[in-house]
Amino acid sequence: MALAIPAPAPRLPFRFDPSWPILIGFSAALCMLILLPLSWLVYYSLHDRAGAFTLANFAQLVTDPSFLDPLLTTVILATSSAVICCLVAAPMGWLVARTDMPLRRTVRALVTASFVTPPFLGAIAWELLAAPNSGLLNQAFRAVTGAEQDEYLFNIYSLPGLIFVIACYTFPYVFVLVANALDRIPADLEDASSILGGSAWTTARRVTVPLAMPAVLAGALIAFMQAMTLFGSPAILALPAGFHTMTTKIWSLFQYPPKAELAAAASLPLLVLTILLLRAENFVLGRRGYSVVGGRQGNPRLVALGRWKWAALAAVFMVLLNPVFLPYGALLNAAFSPVASQFVTLGTLTLHNVEFVFFELSATRLAFENTLILCTSAATIGTVMAVVISYMTARKVIAWHKALGFLATAPVAVPGIVLGVGLFLSYTRPPFVLYGTLWILLIAFVTIALPAAYQQLYSAFRVVNPDLEEASRILGASRLGTLARITAPLLRTSVIATWCFIFVGVIRELSAAIMLFTSQTKVISVLIFDLNESGDLGAIAVLGLIMLIVTFAVVVLINRIPGFGGVRLRNS
Amino acid sequence: MAAAEFSRRGVLGAAGAAAMTVFASPLRAAAPEPAAITPDLIAAARKEGKVVYYTSIDLPVSERMAKAFEARFPGIAVRVERTGAERIFQRIGQEYASRIHAADVVNSSDASHFIVWKRDGLLAPFVPEDVAKHYAPEHKDPDGQFASFRAALSVIGYNTNLVRPADAPKSFADLLDPKWAGKIVKAHPGFSGTIMTATYEMSRDLGWDYFEKLARQRVMQVQAAADPPKKVALGERAIMADGNDYVLILVKESGGPVEVVYPAEGAPLVVGPNAVFKAAPNPNAARLFQCFCFTAECQQLVSDISGMHSFHPDVKEKPGRRPLRDIKVMKEDAAAVEKNAEEIKARYTKIFRV
Repeated sequence: MALAIPAPAPRLPFRFDPSWPILIGFSAALCMLILLPLSWLVYYSLHDRAGAFTLANFAQLVTDPSFLDPLLTTVILATSSAVICCLVAAPMGWLVARTDMPLRRTVRALVTASFVTPPFLGAIAWELLAAPNSGLLNQAFRAVTGAEQDEYLFNIYSLPGLIFVIACYTFPYVFVLVANALDRIPADLEDASSILGGSAWTTARRVTVPLAMPAVLAGALIAFMQAMTLFGSPAILALPAGFHTMTTKIWSLFQYPPKAELAAAASLPLLVLTILLLRAENFVLGRRGYSVVGGRQGNPRLVALGRWKWAALAAVFMVLLNPVFLPYGALLNAAFSPVASQFVTLGTLTLHNVEFVFFELSATRLAFENTLILCTSAATIGTVMAVVISYMTARKVIAWHKALGFLATAPVAVPGIVLGVGLFLSYTRPPFVLYGTLWILLIAFVTIALPAAYQQLYSAFRVVNPDLEEASRILGASRLGTLARITAPLLRTSVIATWCFIFVGVIRELSAAIMLFTSQTKVISVLIFDLNESGDLGAIAVLGLIMLIVTFAVVVLINRIPGFGGVRLRNS
Repeated sequence: MAAAEFSRRGVLGAAGAAAMTVFASPLRAAAPEPAAITPDLIAAARKEGKVVYYTSIDLPVSERMAKAFEARFPGIAVRVERTGAERIFQRIGQEYASRIHAADVVNSSDASHFIVWKRDGLLAPFVPEDVAKHYAPEHKDPDGQFASFRAALSVIGYNTNLVRPADAPKSFADLLDPKWAGKIVKAHPGFSGTIMTATYEMSRDLGWDYFEKLARQRVMQVQAAADPPKKVALGERAIMADGNDYVLILVKESGGPVEVVYPAEGAPLVVGPNAVFKAAPNPNAARLFQCFCFTAECQQLVSDISGMHSFHPDVKEKPGRRPLRDIKVMKEDAAAVEKNAEEIKARYTKIFRV
């Protein structure tokens, strides 16, 4: 017989793959976290107070100048901050990742410091520095130049002031993404370009910049969204300056009597805008998916700056003056000065504020306990979720991976305060009565942290070539086995970084907490916000410094854990 | 739909009302028998071990009051939850709508809140002995549900390093002088009950166009009534258009460069009552705390450390402070504030744009 009858394919023995129930469970959890509050928002935006269907909320939104002005302000604010962030952070990222500039590790650490500084704390510190009359910088300016009492150099209570403060605490997002991308670009590609006769400039233009571009764009996008949805800094600076942003406007709608339906309607444009931005990002990154990490990796070659390296370092430190040195200095000064706007001297140094916070302020201890519990649990749960979801989407494990990815990034479009309201609506009624407990805050924090965590791990998965995993599976390992033995070690740095990312993100969180806390579940950020309302700057300075010390302790501790010794916290 | 409806109203703060009115007795109960601080009450309070005080009194003052209580009754910890009166009102509405009863005793600088809470049946009829014995009828609820814990005035103030006394404004009308443009700080009725009450009184006596003119002076807008005195003390602004007299007096007495001006038109009077919640989680400690608040001892202490005005006849104002009876005030009208609160906030927001 010339023709062989094809042998029937051997039936594979059925093997239960435990990853499926996990995947389904996570998908369901995501729906609960995100779809439930969002559905309530949509429902509210389309109904009047009596519960009848209406479009009046949207009509008011597009006709009432008290909504249009904040919307315009927010767009200006977010765009300017994002542009400033990119202009400052991208060159800094390059200097740190690809040149021989001195003190690069220190610079990374200082960027980490500005990342972990809560934006509302930064805003308060900048009030101390640059309030037009009492600001320390303006006082110094008048002392040096002999200017009149009314003259000032900076006015932080203004739109440019707010843009500046937001950019101070948003640029680390861009920096981290750019520096990480440049870290990962192997020298081989640049070497190839040089060998083929490309000048340093051509290599930069044709190889390095295109490879870093997706990171810059993604960074710009994140910076834009951060600025757009930020609540703390505008809440502290915009009110004295006499304008609203969308987030403060939405917050003000919850003053008694609360107008939840208007707030819901006002938040939907932000949601739509962000969805469009995410699609734009997909379009940009989708065409240029680079797998640059194969089984081996050449070390990046450092560009020799020569005598320019000191100038570069000076420029970087000038930048870092703004988010780190000056604000921390102002907080230290306020913590130990009898009057927050006076330069402290040995003669006036006082421990009164410290005493007040620890021995008189009855909310201190509870707020610290709540904050630590929430930070640790949200970081752990959020990281686990982000790993699983980004694995599913990056490796296209299940059919709806795109929808999952969208769900995981969707909360970025929902201002924390609005998410707070959505959660409030969802969890104040049976069967899930969670308001008044830490659970509702935990849900909020995990939801808020998820987009950044997911995006970080997703990009980490994307640059790990699936070949390695496929090899493992072809050799007979199960999916979970492969995850544990191949993927996890490759991603360890990213996973640890994500945990820290969430931890410090939760310490910084104010906008959802402000809606969801009760007196028993107060966190430090809310306590500081309450203190700011009545202008107790000394107590804020003390609490803020403690908050920063705790944060830094966590970051340093994680760096020291045996086995993680080699890990530099690049991503946070 | 019905379920959604329930929750919706809950968030609107009406459900605090909706849920509670069912239980509210339709009959006006007269004030209960006055209660003294008895060993039994102290023992029962000590068993509970803590009391939660929601208040809008400036934090350093309320915390010192709490410490005085703790020293007098060891073993009962006071947790002070301080925030602006309007935010307290919002918070309690939110918490009660979700049946969270976290607050034991409440103090608010917006007396109209007590009308609402009483109407909704949230307050416990409870009359401390001192209130029954010493307080004038206009300073206690006929049904014994609240009494005037303190009074403050919303005043003008200035920084003496930045303004010479001769140049200082004497009246609200003086603040409209173009020379003060960009130099004024003021608090917000959306946060502060003091300012809510004051805004009502001023709009009644001076007219809304006063605020329209004031808004053209490029005022710096802050939240709590305790903040303008602090901003003036820092020198961030030269003048405050409103704010607590007592915080300003405290700054002045501790050597700060500030001076109080009682406006010629009259300073808006702001009364801050105290009440015990019916659903207080620590009912005995709440009652003990309420009793303590109205004792001559506590009232004198609060007067001494804060400069707030007391309605207890035994309280002596510190020498050098101007007693309430010597100051021209604008009349308080909590019922009218209650009726107009929403309109006042809306109008204010429109004028000042925040």
